[in-house]
Amino acid sequence: MTATLTPRPPATRRTERGGFLRALHAEWTKFRTVRGWVLAMAGALLVTIAVGLLGTAAPAPGGRGAGSASYPKGPGGEAVNDSFYFVHRTLTGDGALTVPLRSLTGAADTGTGRTAQGAQPWAKAGIIVKESLTQGSPYAAVMATGGHGVRMQYDYTHDMAGPSGKAAQESPRWLRLVRSGDSLTGYASTDGSHWTEVGRAKLPGLARTVRAGLFATSPEAKQETAAGTGFSPAVATGTFGRPDLTGDWSQSAWSGTQVGGDAGTSGSYTNTTEGGFTQTDGGGFTVTGAGDIAPVVGGPVMGVGFSVENFLVGTFAGLIVVIAVGTVFITGEYRRGLLRTTVAATPLRGRVLGAKALVAGGVAFAVGLVAAAITVPVGERSARGRGFHVFPVTSATEARVMVGTGLVCAAATVLALGVGALLRRSGTAVALVIASIVLPFLLAVSGVLPPGASEWLLRVTPAAGFAIQQTLPRYAQVLSVYEPSTGYYPLAPWAGLAVLCGYAALAFGLAVVRLRGRDV
Amino acid sequence: MRDESKSMKATIEVIGLRKRFGPRLALDGMTFTVRPRRVTGFVGPNGAGKSTTMRVILGLDAAEGTALVGGVPYRTLRRPLRHLGALLDASALQPSRTARNHLLWLAHSQGVPTRRVDEVIDQAGLGTAARRKAGGFSLGMRQRLGIAAALLGDPPVVMLDEPFNGLDPDGIVWMRGFLAELARQGRAVLVSSHLMSELEDTADHLVVIGRGRVVADTSVSDLLAEASGGRVTLRTSAPPRAAQVLHGAGATVLATGPDTLGVTGLPDEEIVALLARNGVPFSQVSAHRATLEEAYMELTRDAVEYRGIPAGETER
Repeated sequence: MTATLTPRPPATRRTERGGFLRALHAEWTKFRTVRGWVLAMAGALLVTIAVGLLGTAAPAPGGRGAGSASYPKGPGGEAVNDSFYFVHRTLTGDGALTVPLRSLTGAADTGTGRTAQGAQPWAKAGIIVKESLTQGSPYAAVMATGGHGVRMQYDYTHDMAGPSGKAAQESPRWLRLVRSGDSLTGYASTDGSHWTEVGRAKLPGLARTVRAGLFATSPEAKQETAAGTGFSPAVATGTFGRPDLTGDWSQSAWSGTQVGGDAGTSGSYTNTTEGGFTQTDGGGFTVTGAGDIAPVVGGPVMGVGFSVENFLVGTFAGLIVVIAVGTVFITGEYRRGLLRTTVAATPLRGRVLGAKALVAGGVAFAVGLVAAAITVPVGERSARGRGFHVFPVTSATEARVMVGTGLVCAAATVLALGVGALLRRSGTAVALVIASIVLPFLLAVSGVLPPGASEWLLRVTPAAGFAIQQTLPRYAQVLSVYEPSTGYYPLAPWAGLAVLCGYAALAFGLAVVRLRGRDV
Repeated sequence: MRDESKSMKATIEVIGLRKRFGPRLALDGMTFTVRPRRVTGFVGPNGAGKSTTMRVILGLDAAEGTALVGGVPYRTLRRPLRHLGALLDASALQPSRTARNHLLWLAHSQGVPTRRVDEVIDQAGLGTAARRKAGGFSLGMRQRLGIAAALLGDPPVVMLDEPFNGLDPDGIVWMRGFLAELARQGRAVLVSSHLMSELEDTADHLVVIGRGRVVADTSVSDLLAEASGGRVTLRTSAPPRAAQVLHGAGATVLATGPDTLGVTGLPDEEIVALLARNGVPFSQVSAHRATLEEAYMELTRDAVEYRGIPAGETER
């Protein structure tokens, strides 16, 4: 055709707002008057809830009661591991502790009944000032590690690097922690006279009287085997020289405490070891401990527990349904010639697709949001009742996950609508969209693919959108398995959702262009 | 009765439409006007371009040329169903949606109040069937639902593609009366059919098309007169004498048998008067009356694209 019948309507026409509302009203009426679609959306809601709850309905872990069903929480509200062996006295007011660390050694089970010598990369020994012996209380510590040099850490999530290198008998590592009000400063030295500041911590509201002293702990040993990644018990032993104290320290003798009672979810003692300390002739100490002082992360080190996103595992099942409905919302009109009636009633074709996308996407959003808002609290309660940990998240994070689940459903539906409008065939379009979202998700999180391939899928396919459901944090100072199969997405939550929305916008845009340019 | 300003807008103007489907020229300079207060029959063989023209009028298909509804392109109308009500394909329905809900979403798309939905359900004679799923409707019921949809916006222009398809005899009678009533109300009504007989007692005006162009744009009576050609058959026992008299009065006379003559150029009453005045004996004077169907066949003889396709098949 060399000239179209009618020129594009002038721009002023497009600003007429009532027209879009009428198209929206019409599409909403269309949607709600086909009982099959309404029932399917209700089914999507139910299947999301059912799969989520059934998927997390494992029986209670052996020997655990409801009482143990929560992680200690750090000052920031985050779940923490706080298990270590602590040799302590009380310090009132300002003061300092200086000590040479002569060695940091360790041992780990290999899983074959043998013991491997050597400290784990994040095995720790050093000086700690802690508000109380209660798990999760504020602290600051300067320490040597098995593989990451001297560190200053405080309040579980903060980690600052100091001088690298290991402590050894011939080259002891001197550590010093100075308290001044609520400010703590860590220093390191190789000779006891030349000091380097490692880091400074503010612990707002730190009690005047605190526990301070020496500690040692070790997270479990990560072991790569042919069968996958495993973790096995490990301990760390720090050999300290005589501590030098300044300030108002209690006159009582040094006492030893296994903070947390056991090694927590991040560690455990090997078959042949237990936590404890001995005082040497020269006034020094040997301290052995297991566990970790660090935030809880996902993966094997999380222990027996669920995170919020575990309860939403049924999202993929609900998605299959909303994708099918989103597709037939447009392909059904092509198939029966009804689209001609629709376009005759609303000649602006982009407006037709926009109204359809808003209606189908809006319903899908509601399905995802409501499903998440029901499943998460119900699942959490049920899991706690059976003695599982539930990884705590802030209300903002929980809201992000629930709204995000709705947005994933909405974006997938708009994608399905766009692909349906482009292909005009229900079967092909549904299969294509499911293959682009649900299939990569299942392949990636089930662990059947190598981690690299899984991460690639979750970056470039619409399945990246599932990242919006991730609540598990990732910390460099905590060794775990940060892979899709353990709940870790390669993209940040909103970035992942943006990938899915990008696909939806692309399909929708192409569909509008195609619909405008062709006879219907 | 509608006011003058509304009926002034009750027109469809089609000017020089041209459209190609692959190698086939579907529309080849299609030009005609549909005027208010009458039923315009849009007739032509299958494949002549009736449905394509209607889709172009509705802005569904693009084509070269101009198509205006009430003076403006359809696609610029804000609430188009209030200007033109159309029935293109009665089967274009979501089968699991009830007839009433089908009308309801259409009404919402135009900002037409819900009460109007029940009005057109009555007007189209859908009755209680309106609450049933449209998927179970007979073709006749679907046509009625399509009519109801076309009337929803109370439009000054109504355009129906093959509305007689699938109607039983009662339905055909109802449809004829209904179309006449629409025209009487001042609306412009365009009704397509591939069968002239369906339009014979319905249309006031005819646009006959073939191969994508208009072959006749005329009133029904003119078309009949033209097709008849004013030929009169005369039976007489004195053919030479009769021929002489009639020839003298300016008629053209041909011997068509031993005692019959074909006369053109004079109306039958004048022939009778002339022969009587001159005392020429005759036993029969009969004017030849072409049927609309014959006229149509003659007009479209060259334009039929798909010979052998049984009547009742619709075009693309």
